[in-house]
Amino acid sequence: MTVSALELERRRYRAGRARRSVWVGIASTLVFAALVVVGLSLTPGWPVVRSTFFDLGEAREAFPRVLQGIWLNIRVLLTSAVVILLFSVIVSALRTLRGAVFLPVRLLMTGYTDLFRGMPLIIVLYLVGFGIPALGFFPRLPAEFWGTLALVVTYTAYVSEVFRAGLEAVHPSQRLAARALGLSYGQTLRLVLLPQALRKVTPALMNDFVSLQKDVGLISVLGAVDAVRSAQIETSLSFNFTPYLLAGLMFVVLAIPMIRLTDWYSARLQRREQMGSIV
Amino acid sequence: MSPLLRLEGIRKSFAGQEVLRGVDLDVAEHEVVVLVGASGSGKSTLLRCINLLEQIDDGRIVLAGDDISDPRVDADRVRSRIGVVFQHYNLFPHLRVIDNVTLAARHVHKMGKTDAAGRGLRLLTRIGLADKAREYPDRLSGGQQQRVAIARALATDPALLLLDEITSALDPELVGEVLDLVRSLKEQGATIVMATHEMAFARDVADRVVFLDGGVIVEQGAPDEFFDHPREERTRRFLARLAH
Repeated sequence: MTVSALELERRRYRAGRARRSVWVGIASTLVFAALVVVGLSLTPGWPVVRSTFFDLGEAREAFPRVLQGIWLNIRVLLTSAVVILLFSVIVSALRTLRGAVFLPVRLLMTGYTDLFRGMPLIIVLYLVGFGIPALGFFPRLPAEFWGTLALVVTYTAYVSEVFRAGLEAVHPSQRLAARALGLSYGQTLRLVLLPQALRKVTPALMNDFVSLQKDVGLISVLGAVDAVRSAQIETSLSFNFTPYLLAGLMFVVLAIPMIRLTDWYSARLQRREQMGSIV
Repeated sequence: MSPLLRLEGIRKSFAGQEVLRGVDLDVAEHEVVVLVGASGSGKSTLLRCINLLEQIDDGRIVLAGDDISDPRVDADRVRSRIGVVFQHYNLFPHLRVIDNVTLAARHVHKMGKTDAAGRGLRLLTRIGLADKAREYPDRLSGGQQQRVAIARALATDPALLLLDEITSALDPELVGEVLDLVRSLKEQGATIVMATHEMAFARDVADRVVFLDGGVIVEQGAPDEFFDHPREERTRRFLARLAH
């Protein structure tokens, strides 16, 4: 396809503007970073902070142990994410059930989501992790099991509400069309409403996953030897806090792919909805 | 011969507002009945009541000899015998065209996947959209979407087809393709109750035109008779308004 000289000139102009934006962005980032570094190093306590938090030798020494710890976090994360997703769909579906028979179910589910969305996670961890084993009813199970359970209980309360919002966001005419075809309530939910709800809430779900990704570090309060606990052990050996920073960075590295994926997906959804417009 | 559908004294109110105030109507098999009337005259409500999407306040609905307004009947079974097409198509946006068409066949009528797909494809061929089977609904024009919605309603071989102002949301140049499809359904012997604002089409395709006003049937008759020699004053006023 041939392009007119006018359009070529416009494209050259736009490309020039784009190049200029890139250079301005790089320059301002460098200046900002330099200001932060210089500013920090001028503070009176900097030398002490640097040796207690940014000790490269300590980091190297603690690395294998903390890495082993984060592997536990990853397993807990993946297990709880799958279970949370499953339970959330069930809880949200139960909350939308109509009919008098289901009143106790609805009440129970409402009470559950109210309670566990309000309760701080750390307290749920204590209650589940120390309270349930103290009943003496269950066999001895590792701390990470109870930690996973506490995460599931808390996060299901949140994520089920996200699902419920998604279900309610599907236009009522979809339910009407499905019922008009003779689909039952359950079939309508499963085949028509849930698939659409899931698409609507995917960015919110991904955000909750990112949040879960760092909250798995809290299972350390139950004694599970995860990245945080491993860092604590290393720290207690050397009285240097660098292992904590190391563990923290590992959590960030773990989270970044998901954060980027969430941003990309949200942007794509937005682009799709604004198709045909540039502003 | 007893009618396929019999409505006896149908009443329906919304929040104290009486929308249907005693409607009696018989529809014979293979008959095409067109409901006309101003917006708010109760056409859409009547169609929704027939399909049990709304619960009637009084009266009786009898489909092929069964009283379907009895609360003990299985409403899902009844709805699976009646096809409905809505003004705004209401296709399922997350399903491909072919899956929209075969959804009820597979899950309500428990048809096998290949049987349903074959049947769905034949239906799409009939409406001239076989090449769009793998597309998602948002890639189709309004007219194409509405034709798919009609195919979806036909996929389960319903005894009765309800069409609720199916051309009202379409651009004028797309109305024709949808109405052509309805015309061919009539030729194949479908029983249809439809609400519409397309008077020319009503005259062309209807076996009987029914004029609703204020929640009651004011007048009904063969299309030529109805449009050329309306008996009631209210009908004449309604038709005169349309002429302007």
